[in-house]
Amino acid sequence: MSTQESYVTEDGRTIGPTVMEMKNITLRFGGVKAITDISFDIREGEIRAIIGPNGAGKSSMLNVISGFYVPQEGEVWYKGKKRPPMKPYQVAEQGIARTFQNIALFEGMTVLDNVMTGRIRQMKAGLLSQAIWKGKAEKEEIENREFVEKIIDFLEIQAIRKTPVGRLPYGLKKRVELARALAAEPSILLLDEPMAGMNVEEKEDMSRFILDMNDEFGTTIALIEHDMGVVMDLSDRVVVMDYGKKIGDGTPDEVRSNQAVIDAYLGVAHD
Amino acid sequence: MFYREAGDFKTSYAADNQTFPIKFDRMGYYTALVIAFLVVPFIINDYWANAILLPFLIYAIAALGLNILVGYCGQVSLGTGGFMAVGAYACYKLMTSMPEVNIFFHIIISGGITGLVCVLFGLPSLRIKGFYLAVATLAAQFFLVWLFNRVPWFYNYSASGQINAPERSVFGIEVTGPNTEAWATYLFCLVFLVASALIARNMTRGMAGRKWMAIRDMDIAAEIIGVNPLKAKISAFAVSGFFVGISGALFFSVYLGAVEVGEAFGINKSFLVLFMIIIGGLGSIFGSFAGAAFLVLLPVVLKVVGVDWLGWPTDMVAHLQLVIVGGMIVMFLILEPHGLAQLWRVTKQKLRLWPFPH
Repeated sequence: MSTQESYVTEDGRTIGPTVMEMKNITLRFGGVKAITDISFDIREGEIRAIIGPNGAGKSSMLNVISGFYVPQEGEVWYKGKKRPPMKPYQVAEQGIARTFQNIALFEGMTVLDNVMTGRIRQMKAGLLSQAIWKGKAEKEEIENREFVEKIIDFLEIQAIRKTPVGRLPYGLKKRVELARALAAEPSILLLDEPMAGMNVEEKEDMSRFILDMNDEFGTTIALIEHDMGVVMDLSDRVVVMDYGKKIGDGTPDEVRSNQAVIDAYLGVAHD
Repeated sequence: MFYREAGDFKTSYAADNQTFPIKFDRMGYYTALVIAFLVVPFIINDYWANAILLPFLIYAIAALGLNILVGYCGQVSLGTGGFMAVGAYACYKLMTSMPEVNIFFHIIISGGITGLVCVLFGLPSLRIKGFYLAVATLAAQFFLVWLFNRVPWFYNYSASGQINAPERSVFGIEVTGPNTEAWATYLFCLVFLVASALIARNMTRGMAGRKWMAIRDMDIAAEIIGVNPLKAKISAFAVSGFFVGISGALFFSVYLGAVEVGEAFGINKSFLVLFMIIIGGLGSIFGSFAGAAFLVLLPVVLKVVGVDWLGWPTDMVAHLQLVIVGGMIVMFLILEPHGLAQLWRVTKQKLRLWPFPH
């Protein structure tokens, strides 16, 4: 397990030691290799980007982290311990929250209920207590509501808190999904294309939320994004994938000058 | 104009979380409770109790139970009749084997037993959904009815194969058997209905309800958020079974008094309760009440209008009822999938602004 020293970035944020390390992950679907022998780490408090052309295996990588896929080879180390294969809800209980490329909200529920669902890890009252709505259940509901309201304030969705999610436009849905993930107070927040399909203003808003989240709550973020400008501006370190292999890893500047990365993006003649 | 929330401010999350956040609604709710508990028992007669109020109260409990499973958790069940039979037979066995215990507890324990049975038949839901689950629960329906028909232990080896409710009383007032008063049976069922509705409401507004709805709306996302699908589905089956069991126990002991299982708890009963929640509104507590009231009242109203006023033959009215219910189901599924509850919500929305259109 790597135990790097903490360091302070140029803009004054402290980046801690490694929280999650992927070691030689290989993921196959039948004969297709989605991910081949990839290793990288995520450090506490950093914004870690995973980029690459379409079909490079980025989302598969995120699905491995969130426990949705179990890799055939390789190990996932989380907080200094090797993680055994586990179900997605167990991964969520360990404090890994995520958003989805094509929004996965609960359409029939209100915004407030959706965000409250994110507090599942913190709300442990038993069925009986909930049935009579006294004691733990009621207390817990109010305490967690207070926290959720903070998130709602932070993401500026106060006005729609009682609206059923199915009625919201796309940009707001993305924001509600972010709120739900953030409400879990995650150790690592995985964002799968948080800016897909947004216009420039919406992208700016989203970037601001991501930076503020990292800054105010100290949330560790791993994100997949296609907009290079955004990635290079936001992230501390970048992993570049192509055809399921890692072709680059480092700070945005290092990655930008990496010949393999330039080839993957601009294209070269494959022999 | 008549219905508004202006000036009704909330200053705490507890106040915002209450069941009826709008004062007008709250007053209506208290009024309804007062009328139900303090007025109706004094004016009730046998006809009203047996034709309308008792079936309404008992079916409303069953509808609440099924609504938790189908409307909130999204797990289709066609086994309601069978599960009501479990409640009824559990109650019968308890009443006959432990006559010293109060019937009140018998009914609650019957609910618990039904909850367990319901969980057992709900286990396939972890692997299958939708139509396939519906068929699995249909199997439960037929199996349970067969079981209660064929195993004499369940009906205490009686020659007729029927079960008969012995006379039992609460606070010295008889609630089962042939010598009951209308008001006593009515109040007895009403207590169960009000308690069930409160419990159902509390569960669905809290975390349990959110887990169920998350599973209903998108099970994969729910699991990644941290909902344990096993626990969420099983708890929905258990709670649903508990209510359905209570309603079955009341249906047998208080309402019918004597039951032949295939007759009372056949597949028709499953569909009847399912229709109640479809017409009333899936995923709505009020909808369960509305649907139960509608389907209990419809035959009565048709009979009064058709047979008594217009002089139509009885069998034609009975057939007409099937046609109307069938038509309504199709109409609701197409026009208003959220049922009477949604119509009520829309009406309230309109009333807020009345007489202005916007």
